Amino acid sequence: MKLTKEQQAILDGSQGETMAKVLKTLVMYGDCFGAKRLVPITSEFGHTVISFGIGVMSPVYDLYDEILNSGLVSKQKFTADPRPLDKNVPSNLLQDVVFKFMYKEQARYEEQLKKFGLTDDEDYTCTNYLPEVGNTPKKGDILSWAESSAVNFANSVLGARCNRNSGIIELMGSVAGLVPEFGFLTDDGRKADFIVEVKTSKKPEPQLLGSAIGMHVLDKVPYVKGLDQWIGTELNEDAIGYLKDFGAATASNGSVGLYHVDKLTPEAVELGESLIRKDAQVYVVDDAELERVKANYPIIWKDPNAEPKLCFMGCPHMTLKQLNDNTDRVCEMLKANGLQKVVIPTVWTASPGVIKEFKKTRKYWEMVNAGVILSYICPLMYMNNPMCKIMPVITSSNKLRTYTTARYYTEDEIFEMITGGDK
Amino acid sequence: MKEFKGRVVCPGTASAPALVSHGGFNTLASFQSALMFGDKKVKCGDQNNSDIYKKPMFNTALCLPETIGSTTGGMILYTAAALGKAPACMLFSKPIDSLAASGAILAANWTDNAMPVIDSLGEEFLNYVKDGMTINVSEDGTITIEE
Repeated sequence: MKLTKEQQAILDGSQGETMAKVLKTLVMYGDCFGAKRLVPITSEFGHTVISFGIGVMSPVYDLYDEILNSGLVSKQKFTADPRPLDKNVPSNLLQDVVFKFMYKEQARYEEQLKKFGLTDDEDYTCTNYLPEVGNTPKKGDILSWAESSAVNFANSVLGARCNRNSGIIELMGSVAGLVPEFGFLTDDGRKADFIVEVKTSKKPEPQLLGSAIGMHVLDKVPYVKGLDQWIGTELNEDAIGYLKDFGAATASNGSVGLYHVDKLTPEAVELGESLIRKDAQVYVVDDAELERVKANYPIIWKDPNAEPKLCFMGCPHMTLKQLNDNTDRVCEMLKANGLQKVVIPTVWTASPGVIKEFKKTRKYWEMVNAGVILSYICPLMYMNNPMCKIMPVITSSNKLRTYTTARYYTEDEIFEMITGGDK
Repeated sequence: MKEFKGRVVCPGTASAPALVSHGGFNTLASFQSALMFGDKKVKCGDQNNSDIYKKPMFNTALCLPETIGSTTGGMILYTAAALGKAPACMLFSKPIDSLAASGAILAANWTDNAMPVIDSLGEEFLNYVKDGMTINVSEDGTITIEE
C-alpha cells in the first residue's frame, strides 16, 4: 500500500505509539485485500456495531481504554447498535440474574462510547440511517461501519461506499479518519456477480427472498430483476421498509454487503445492466424456491410443538411506517377475532428516534391497547441469554432466526398467531 | 507427509493437531458459549457446524474455508486471542474474508498472543487434511501435514 508522507509519519510514530498501532492495523487490513491506499472517510457520522458490555469481552474494553488513555477519540461523531437491555421487555427473575451477569460491563462501555464521540445517549439502533435518527450518508460517501444490515442498506439503497468491516476495525477507521480502499469502495467491487430473476406469483416476503438470495450468492453482489413489479420504482417509505428487511436477510443468511434492484436502487437506476459482470450466473426465485428455502430452516426448539412464549418483530428495527401499518393490521385482526389484546406477549422494536415520533401519534396508544410492547432493545442480545435461548420465541425476522433459537414465521403467519386467528 | 503453500496473513510458526471445518466457520456461534462460560478447552458451540460442534478448538490448527456470520466476528477472534483461548493457528483454503482478517490482525497488533494465519491454501488442502493430523506452520506460509 502506498501511504502519503503524513500517513507514513503517523505509522512511524509522529502521533504517538497508539495511533501508529491503529494505522498499522488499518494498513495490514488493507494489504490483505490488495488496497493501494488509505482514503478519507467522507460521511458525517460513523456507526459502531458493538453496543454491548459483555463481561467476557473485557479485552475489547481494555483495548478501547488504551486508545482513549492515549488521548485518541473518533474523528467523527457516531451512532451505535441497539442496547442489549430494556426493562420493558418481559423477563423472569432467573433471566434477569443472567442478564446482570452477562452485561456487567455495560455501564463502563457506554461511558467509553461517550468519550469516543457517540452522537447522543439515545442513538442506539441498527437503523441509524433512517431520518428519525439522522445518520443518513449521501450517495458516494465513504464510510467506516460494521453493522451488517446497515452496511448493506447504505451501500445498496443509499449508494454509499462501505466494506463489510468487523467491529473494532470500524471504530479504528473513525479514529484515524481513514479506511483502506478495496472491495465496495471501488467501482469494480460494486459490479454484480449474480442476476436474480424474481418470478413469484405474488409480492415475495422480503425476509424470505433475502434469505434465499443470501444463501445462494453468499458474499457476492446480486442484481435483482423483477422486484419492481411488486415494490415499484420509487424509493418511498414502503420500499425502504421492504429493502431494509430484505437486505438484512441477505446479509445474515449469506454475507451480502451490496445488492442492486433493477429500476429502483440508485446505481441500478443510473447504470442499469452495465453493472452486471459478463460472466454473471443466473438464479431464478419462484414460489417453489421460496417454499423450499423456508421448509429447510432447522427448528431448534427442544419441543417443536411448544406454545410460543414471546414474539419479536423488528430486527432490524422497524420504520415509522412499519409501526403504523403493523398497528393497523394487529388492531383490525384482533377486532375480527373478537379480542382486545394479543394472545402471545409481543415486542416490536424500533430506534429511540422512531419511538419518540411514534409516541406523538394516536396509533401509539392503539398499539399499547392491543397489548404490544414497544422497545429499543436488540432482540439478538436478549436471545443470547442462555435462559432466554431455551424459551420458545417466534419472530418474523430472518436475522434473528439465523443467530438465535427464535423460530421464523412469515408476517402473515405471525399476525395470525398473535391475534389468535390460528386457533 | 504432504506440503501446501499459502499466503501469510499473520506470520509465525506453530505445530498443532488439525481441527477441520469443511463449511464456513461461524466465529460468533463457535466461540460464544465457550468464552462466556470459561470453557478451558474452548469447545465449538455452533450446532450448525456438524464437523466441529462440541470439539475443542483451543490450541488446534483450525482448518477452514472461510468464516461466516456476524460482523462481530473479528472482535470475537481478537477476544479469544487476548484471553489466550484462540486456536494455535488458522489455515484458510480460500482467500481470507474481511472479518477473520480483522480478528487476526487485531490479535497480532493488540495482544501478546498473535497466531499465525495462512490463507489461499487451496481446495485440495481442505480435502486432504483430517482431524488430529499434526500440522507444522512455517514463517513463509508453508505448512506440512503429518499423518
